Amino acid sequence: MAETIQIQVNGEQRGCGADATVGDLLRELAIKTERVAVELNLEILDRKDFDHQSLKQGDRVEILSFIGGGV
Amino acid sequence: MTDDRLIIAGRELKSRLWVGTGKYKDFAETKKAIEASGADVVTVAVRRVNITDRSKENLLDYLDPKKYTILPNTAGCYNVEDAVRYARLARAAGVSDLIKLEVLGDERTLFPDTAGLIEAAKILIKEGFIVLPYTNDDPIVAQKLVDIGCPVVMPLAAPIGSGLGIRNPYNLKIIMEMIKVPIIVDAGVGTASDAAFAMELGADAVLMNTAIAGAQDPIAMAEAMKYAVYAGRLAYKAGRIPRKLYATASSPIEGML
Repeated sequence: MAETIQIQVNGEQRGCGADATVGDLLRELAIKTERVAVELNLEILDRKDFDHQSLKQGDRVEILSFIGGGV
Repeated sequence: MTDDRLIIAGRELKSRLWVGTGKYKDFAETKKAIEASGADVVTVAVRRVNITDRSKENLLDYLDPKKYTILPNTAGCYNVEDAVRYARLARAAGVSDLIKLEVLGDERTLFPDTAGLIEAAKILIKEGFIVLPYTNDDPIVAQKLVDIGCPVVMPLAAPIGSGLGIRNPYNLKIIMEMIKVPIIVDAGVGTASDAAFAMELGADAVLMNTAIAGAQDPIAMAEAMKYAVYAGRLAYKAGRIPRKLYATASSPIEGML
């Protein structure tokens, strides 16, 4: 069995493969990479680094996007 | 008024009505209302993606960023750190360096914390953001925002979502006379006459959300706002007559029996 790690995504605990990248996580969640921002442990990632940035135990990932909002 | 374009940070904008995208029933209604308003600047918020229900559609599937200037905000931020964080996230998620900066001071009034606003604006401008600050109707703060490099100032008409209209036309007028960058009256508009009044005072544009989204018929109200802003702008450019206490006859006395 592949090794898994625990991470936190948008405030929720979840498991992912020990060798997973941020790009893998987004694909698993069916989130298109355009028009999302990803923060890893409070650092904003450049979109072009999603596939290079590996995840480690205890990482905190925030995935944000635009929603309706006003004044 | 075909040549009466609003230019902000090098961008030419067609409409002097700017609209928010919150509080609509669904994205289809949002899209229809925005089309009816004729607005080409639309504000959006930045929030967590729903990772448990991915069936939800994306707002930007309905609003083509090629057609609209998407203006992300930092709504809901009550301190400098959060506002700066959300601005950076908006830029990372998005389309440009534009940010409608809000640093709120109080949950009940949603009035801006202007000290925090200036501090956050300084940080973001240094990072290359084009900061459009939501501020109080305070001419001194407005001037400070310009001095640190904001290309526009966005004073409120009344508390966000209150629909109270222009509460302090005199302060707004002073801001419009004193401040040499475009003034966008932001928040507090209730109905079309409020929008027209803001424009008659000399506002360069009006930004609203609840007045349209919260109306019984948002699409009809969006259209009403389009005409109100247009009429108000025309009246401002035309130059109103001075107010006088007593009558001046419009019909000549000469030739009377």
